[in-house]
Amino acid sequence: MLTMVKEKTIAPTEEKAVVYRTKELNLWYGEHHALKNIELDIYENEVTAIIGPSGCGKSTYIKTLNRMIELVPNVRTSGEITYRGRNIFDPTYRVEELRTQVGMVFQKPNPFPKSIYENVAYGPRIHGIRDKKILDEIVEKSLRGAAIWDEVKDRLHENAYGLSGGQQQRLCIARCLAIEPDVILMDEPTSALDPISTLKVEELIEELKKNYSIIIVTHNMQQAARISDRTAFFLNGEVVEFAETDQLFSTPADKRTEDYITGRFG
Amino acid sequence: MEKIMPKLLLLTAAVSMFTTLGIVFTLLFETFTFFSRVSIVEFLTAKEWLPWNEKSGSFGIAPLVTGTLLTTAIAMLVAIPVGLASAIYLSEYATERTRKIIKPILEVLAGIPTIVYGFFALTFVTPLLQKIIPGLEVFNALSPGLVMGIMIIPMVASLSEDAMSSVPNAIREGALGLGSTKLETAVKIVLPAAASGVIASFVLAISRAIGETMIVAVAGGSSPVLTFDVTQSIQTMTAYIVQVTTGDAGYGTTIYYSIYAVGMTLFVFTLAMNLLAQYISRRFREEY
Repeated sequence: MLTMVKEKTIAPTEEKAVVYRTKELNLWYGEHHALKNIELDIYENEVTAIIGPSGCGKSTYIKTLNRMIELVPNVRTSGEITYRGRNIFDPTYRVEELRTQVGMVFQKPNPFPKSIYENVAYGPRIHGIRDKKILDEIVEKSLRGAAIWDEVKDRLHENAYGLSGGQQQRLCIARCLAIEPDVILMDEPTSALDPISTLKVEELIEELKKNYSIIIVTHNMQQAARISDRTAFFLNGEVVEFAETDQLFSTPADKRTEDYITGRFG
Repeated sequence: MEKIMPKLLLLTAAVSMFTTLGIVFTLLFETFTFFSRVSIVEFLTAKEWLPWNEKSGSFGIAPLVTGTLLTTAIAMLVAIPVGLASAIYLSEYATERTRKIIKPILEVLAGIPTIVYGFFALTFVTPLLQKIIPGLEVFNALSPGLVMGIMIIPMVASLSEDAMSSVPNAIREGALGLGSTKLETAVKIVLPAAASGVIASFVLAISRAIGETMIVAVAGGSSPVLTFDVTQSIQTMTAYIVQVTTGDAGYGTTIYYSIYAVGMTLFVFTLAMNLLAQYISRRFREEY
C-alpha cells in the first residue's frame, strides 16, 4: 500500500478527478431490491454526503464501495463500480487491496480491545511494517491527523476502552489514517456522539478533505449542509438527486428532495 | 406453593453442596489417617511408589504424578491445537448452517463413555502406533495420552468457540475495513479479544485430563515409574486408585488409606486448575 503508485485518471470534462464511478448498480438482499440503478461519481478531495431517510440504502451503498456489504449473507449485486478506473467487483481485484486504499469509519466507535498505540499500529503492522521507529512515527502522525494526539500522548499504552465515545471515534479515524488511504468512507460517524464530540469530528473532516476524498453517510441534514461539497439524496434505493450541496439545499430540482430537506418526511 | 418452591429448590441446591463438603471431609479425614502411618515427607519426596511391598514399601507420590502429567501433556499437545483450530474455523469461517451441523456432532463426541475411548486406545491406537514405533510397550503413556487428547478436543473447541463468537462483529469489521484478511482478523484481533475464555478452556481441559481415569487405567498400564519416556508403561494417580479399589486390599491397610492421599493430591491439582481458570476469566475479562 505504501509503495503502490496511485494512478489518477482525470476525466476530460471534469476539473476534478473522479475517484469512484458507479454505473447501473443494483443490489439485492435475498429478494429485497435495496439499490436500484445507482449512478454516482465521487470526486477527489471533496466531501460527498449521502442523505436520506432510514432504509433508503445510503449505508448499503457506502458499504458496497469497499465491499464490506459482502459480509451480509445472500447479497447480490449487478452493475459496476470503478475505483480509480478499476472495477471493484473484478475477481482479480483483492478485497484487502481495495480496503487498504479505502478506509472506513463506522457508525459506532469500534476500537480493538487493545492499547491506543496498538489500535493505530495494527493497520501498518499487517501491511508489513515492523520497524518500531517507523511505527512510532506513523502512530504519532495519525493521532495528530485525527486531532487526538494531545489528549492521548501520555497514555498511549492504556486500553482504548478507557477513552470517551468521541475520543474513541477519533481514534478510529486515526487508525484509518495510519494505513494512508486514498478515500475515507464514514458511515454516520457522529450518530453515537454528543454535540461537542460531533463538532470536533466535523472540524476534523474539514481538515482531512485536503488530503483525502471523503464520503459520509449522515442522518443529519444540517451536518451534510455544513461539511459537504456535494450531496446525494437517496430514497427507496434510488438516487433522487445528486448536486453540489449549496444547490441541492437552496434550489432542489426534485420535489421529493425539497419535501425531505424541508422536513416534510423522513 | 409459591412460598414453598424457593425453599424446595434451595434444598436441592444444598444437597449437592453438602455432598461436596462430605466428600472433602472424608478425603481429609482418611488422608490424615494415612499420614499418621506414612510420613508426609516421604510421600512428597520419595522417588518410588511401591505400596504392595509389605516390608520395604515406599510411598513416594512422584511416579504417579509424572505418569499423570505425562499423559496430560500428550493430551494437551493434541487437544489444544486441534481444538483451537476447530474453534477458529467454527467461529470465523463456518456458515451458520455448517456450525449448526458440526457443533452437535462435537458434543456427541464429548458424550462417548470414556471406557470406550480406553478400549479404542488399547486395541486400536496402540497396535497402530507399534507399527510406527517398534519399541512401544502394550501399555504406554503415548496411546492413552493421544486418545485422551481426542476426547478433550470438543471441550476446547466448544468453549473457545463460545468465547470467540461473543466478540462483537463491529470489531471484526474494524479489522477487515483496514484490509486485514480473514485469518489476520481471526488470529490478531478476535483471538486476543477472546483470550480469557480461550485460556480458561485450556485450563479446564488440563483439569479434565488430570482427572481422567478409564482411558489411562485401561491403556496406560500399572507401573508407577518415575520416567518421561512415553513408550513405557506408566501409572497415573487415577489409575492407581482404580487398581486398589478393584483389587483385594483390605479395609484399614496402609494401601487402603493411600488411595485417599492420592485422591487428595488429585483433588488439589484439579481444584488449583479450576481456580486458575476462574481467575483467568475474571482477571482478563474483556469489556466491549
